[in-house]
Amino acid sequence: MTVGTNNVGKQEAHARRTKIQERAMGGVFFVAALASVFAVAMICVFLLGEGIPAIGEIGVRGFLLGTDWSPSNIPPSFGIFPMIVGSVLVTLGAVILGVPIGIFSAVYLSYSCPPRLYRFLKPGVDLLAGIPSVVYGFFGMAALTPLLGSSMLSASVLLGIMILPTVITLSENALRAIPGDRYEGALALGAKHYRSVFGVVLPAARSGVIAAIILGLGRAIGETMAVIMVAGNQARMPEGLLDGVRTMTANIVLEMGYASGMHRRALIATGAVLFVFILLIDLCVPFITRGRNAGPLRKLFKPKAGNAL
Amino acid sequence: MNRDAKIKEGIMKWLVQISMIVTTAVLAFIVIFVVVKGLPYIKPSLFSLTYNSENVSLMPALLSTVILTALALVIAVPFGVFASIFLVEYARRGSKIVKLIRAMSETLAGIPSIVFGLFGMLFFVTFLGFGFSVLAGALTLAIMVLPIVLRASEEALLSVSDGLREGSFSLGAGKLRTIFKVVLPAAAPGIFGGVILSSGRVIGETAALIYTAGTVAQIPVSPLQSARTLSVHMYALSGESLHVGEGYATAVVLLALVAVINVASSAILKRTVRNRI
Amino acid sequence: MNCFVVRDLNLHYGDNHALKDITLDMKYREITALIGPSGCGKSTFLRTLNRMNDLIEGCRIDGSIRLFDDDIYAMSDVSVLRKRVGMVFQKPNPFPMSVFDNVAFGPRTHGIRSRQELEMIVEKSLRDAAIWDEVKDRLKKPALSLSGGQQQRLCIARALAVSPEVLLLDEPTSALDPISTAKIEELLDELKAKYTVVIVTHNMQQAALISDRTAFFLLGNLVEYGETKELFSNPKDERTREYISVKVGAGNSRSSSSPDVARLVG
Repeated sequence: MTVGTNNVGKQEAHARRTKIQERAMGGVFFVAALASVFAVAMICVFLLGEGIPAIGEIGVRGFLLGTDWSPSNIPPSFGIFPMIVGSVLVTLGAVILGVPIGIFSAVYLSYSCPPRLYRFLKPGVDLLAGIPSVVYGFFGMAALTPLLGSSMLSASVLLGIMILPTVITLSENALRAIPGDRYEGALALGAKHYRSVFGVVLPAARSGVIAAIILGLGRAIGETMAVIMVAGNQARMPEGLLDGVRTMTANIVLEMGYASGMHRRALIATGAVLFVFILLIDLCVPFITRGRNAGPLRKLFKPKAGNAL
Repeated sequence: MNRDAKIKEGIMKWLVQISMIVTTAVLAFIVIFVVVKGLPYIKPSLFSLTYNSENVSLMPALLSTVILTALALVIAVPFGVFASIFLVEYARRGSKIVKLIRAMSETLAGIPSIVFGLFGMLFFVTFLGFGFSVLAGALTLAIMVLPIVLRASEEALLSVSDGLREGSFSLGAGKLRTIFKVVLPAAAPGIFGGVILSSGRVIGETAALIYTAGTVAQIPVSPLQSARTLSVHMYALSGESLHVGEGYATAVVLLALVAVINVASSAILKRTVRNRI
Repeated sequence: MNCFVVRDLNLHYGDNHALKDITLDMKYREITALIGPSGCGKSTFLRTLNRMNDLIEGCRIDGSIRLFDDDIYAMSDVSVLRKRVGMVFQKPNPFPMSVFDNVAFGPRTHGIRSRQELEMIVEKSLRDAAIWDEVKDRLKKPALSLSGGQQQRLCIARALAVSPEVLLLDEPTSALDPISTAKIEELLDELKAKYTVVIVTHNMQQAALISDRTAFFLLGNLVEYGETKELFSNPKDERTREYISVKVGAGNSRSSSSPDVARLVG
């Protein structure tokens, strides 16, 4: 197909075609951009649409605060309070164990690490983030449960390890985003190295570090496979650290395979409750950090200066 | 410098270093533990084409993993890339719609995989009637990795210098031609890095797949057949005390995959950052 | 004959009044130089001539610019305007593709598909931009593998490939070394035989050396416009005299310390 440059008619047709294409593709891009909005909406519709009526039938109190989960009894009982407590306690334990180690490690990586060592440690942390949950679960089953039993403590230790990379990477980014003159200013006033970092830099990076903790918390509360493999999964109120617990996530995976009727709907409702927990946690993040780089995706990319047209 | 401050400084130094040592030791311990336990079980029979309780082959799961990952990415990448084009090239910075899309994409990124699994089960498996199938699993995972692809692609597009866009416009090219012929090729490595990162997420996923793709150990010949990925395979083996060794062997294969993916994506992403400026 | 006729041109970026009542005529097949301190509006003005300012949000333009008989702000298709008015930027911006594809990008944009025709256009454009001999054996190589000076001449060739009537250059040599700069200055002198050229420059020697007419901008105003010899030897306005004497007096200040300011601030 040859078109002479002087062929005005054909050029005009070409221009018109281009214009139509421009319009059409603009629409396509817009629709694609709405996909994530649509996906969240659909998840809300299906999960809450199934879950809320089920909670209504069971009774809000009976479901959320009931301590007896006996789906196969006659009549059945669907209280998920032990699972809510399980999720919260296991997550709390993970945060207590993982967050200090994570933040201190981030301080090391951003303020004390020789570059040659960093070249190995950084990919190591990334690898820790990439290890599949099941692999953590296998490790936990073989290395933790013989010592600590299938218990809340095992689950907390394992989850504490699993949130390390989230906490480390996000805190490191937050620490690195603080201009170097803050640290140098503190040194100039006579403070020593670590005193400057902990006294000046860390407080300045506070919002980013808190976001790191919250996102680590989100990861812990949503974790499923690894927890199932080490937590014991007894659907009753835990009485001690070495007691077995069942989390909300475990409840869903363990019983969904054979559940039907009201039982199945109660499991979906458990998912809806978990979903609401996560939404609440997400809502906290922007309040603390402000700005667009606040969400969980931030751990994938280093913050950098904006790029304006 | 008084004694007190000196002691405090010492304690802080000690805490920081111990923490990093703990982190590193945990990583090393997990990797070595898994490799030591799994390596002896890696033998040819583990890679035979059909699975039975005799050979406990991981081959069907490995192939299913590849198929499922490819399918999920084929679905997610166009959406993610096109969405990022809208955000970067079309929308006004900071407009309401951009804020909404960003917020929803962040929300999506924070949702636990079991919730995706439940949604996939309700919507794709039951509502759309796909049954436990590769298709239902891939669609579920596509939604899960969409925000990762979107964000990586967005960063890659932002890193393309405006000079290139101006150059193209100044030659009379329209927006579409500028995007497809100039901007996207320049952003390709960054987008590719994000895609690889997403594949890592898919490979490690279990909870979102058990009730969408199911757990049948076979090589799927149709998208409507059930299949188990390596991670699901491992989980299935964890319940059978006879085959824990093969489970570790699978873990070794998974770890190797994840390591390769990490190295590849960080190498590619690093290159894009260097090409910025 | 006038190529551009500009009347009462005003340009606002939001609240910023970046160009104020600009009126001037630019002659056919001459080189017009736009000079003035950073932020004076000369680059902004240049970009009104092919409507590149359309891309910037919050940019408002009144007044008229005619390209021969056509009011360029009445044109429905900017692509036609930009085909007639080519542009070369301060920083060489070859596309991440081969040398050949860079030059062929414009013609392809305007619907030319024949390989033979494209090859002809590419060779002619590269010859016109005085870079053919250097790249004829590496047409398939990535354009980014060329040196900075070569990249800029490639960008000129790329602009010429759509056979424009006018070539706009926005400080085309400020990012280049002196030898590359001299080559491009030489090239511009040849180009005016076929094209009307408008060039923004910070370099007074360059303006004095290559241009036929010069326009001096200050704070969004066109202070003085006239034949280059006249303007440099006998400026009518005190502000022009001051600016020229300072810049020339400062010697070979080829610098343009904040080149983007003009564009961003107006």
